[in-house]
Amino acid sequence: MKISVQVNEGPYQHQASDSAYNFVKAALEKGHEIFRVFFYHDGVNNGTRLATPPQDDRNVQQRWSDLSKEHELDLVICVAAAQRRGIVDDGEAERNGKDATNIMDGFRISGLGQLIEAGVQSDRLVVFGD
Amino acid sequence: MSDIKKFLYVNRRAPYGTVYALESLEVVLIGAAFDQDVSLVFMDDGVFQLKKDQNSEASGMKNFSPTFNALGDYDVNKIYVEKESLEARGMTMDDLMALTYEDEDDDWAEKSSMHLVSADEVRDLMEESEVVLSF
Repeated sequence: MKISVQVNEGPYQHQASDSAYNFVKAALEKGHEIFRVFFYHDGVNNGTRLATPPQDDRNVQQRWSDLSKEHELDLVICVAAAQRRGIVDDGEAERNGKDATNIMDGFRISGLGQLIEAGVQSDRLVVFGD
Repeated sequence: MSDIKKFLYVNRRAPYGTVYALESLEVVLIGAAFDQDVSLVFMDDGVFQLKKDQNSEASGMKNFSPTFNALGDYDVNKIYVEKESLEARGMTMDDLMALTYEDEDDDWAEKSSMHLVSADEVRDLMEESEVVLSF
C-alpha cells in the first residue's frame, strides 16, 4: 500500500512524532511504500539539526534523518509553518535574509501543495497529532 | 492532476488559543487549487471559528475569520457544523457567519454553504471521505 504520513506536533513535547516514526518504520518493514512524510504546525521542529537532547534519550530529529537515508524517504517541512518557527534551509536563508540555516539532513522545505498531493496520490494519509 | 478525491477537513479547536485553526485554513486555501472534492466540518470548540463579528484585537492575534468568506470563491462550499457542539456552547446557526457561494450551475445564484448536521451525520461524512485531515 502507498502511505503518506502527516506529523502535526513537535519533538519531545508530544508523542506524535515518535508514534509517526514507529508507524513509518513498521510500515516499511511490512513492505509498504511511504510516499511522503509531511511535517506541519510545530511538527516542523522535527527537522532542526541544532537540537541536543540528553544522551540517555532518543534523538528524534536524528532518527528521522537516519531513517530517511536508509529508505530514501521524502521528509517535507511546510514552508509557511517553518517560516513562523524558524526552520531554515539555504533557499529560505537567501530569500528571507537569515544569517544561518538549521535544517536537518534528509529533510526539505516545500509548500502545502505537497500535503494535498500526498493525500491524492496515496492510498492512505495517516495524521499524527491530537 | 486528474484524480479527484473527497477531502474532509475536521476543525475541532477554538480560533485563537492555538495556531491550529489558522494553519488549517491555510491548508484548505492551498488545497482548493488542486480541484478536489472538499468538505469542512466544524465541531467541538471548532464551532467558535465561524462565530460572527470576531474581534481578536485585545489578544494581539490576527483575526483571520474574514478569510472564511473567500472559501465560496474557491469552490469550497460544503461547510458542516455539528449541532451538538453548537448546542453545548449555547449557540445557534444565527451566531455564525452566513458563508455563501455562487452556484455556476444555477445562473450564479447565491446559496448558503452552511449546513447544520448531527454527530451521526458527521460520522457518515467521515465514513464517505477518502482523505480526512483533522486540525
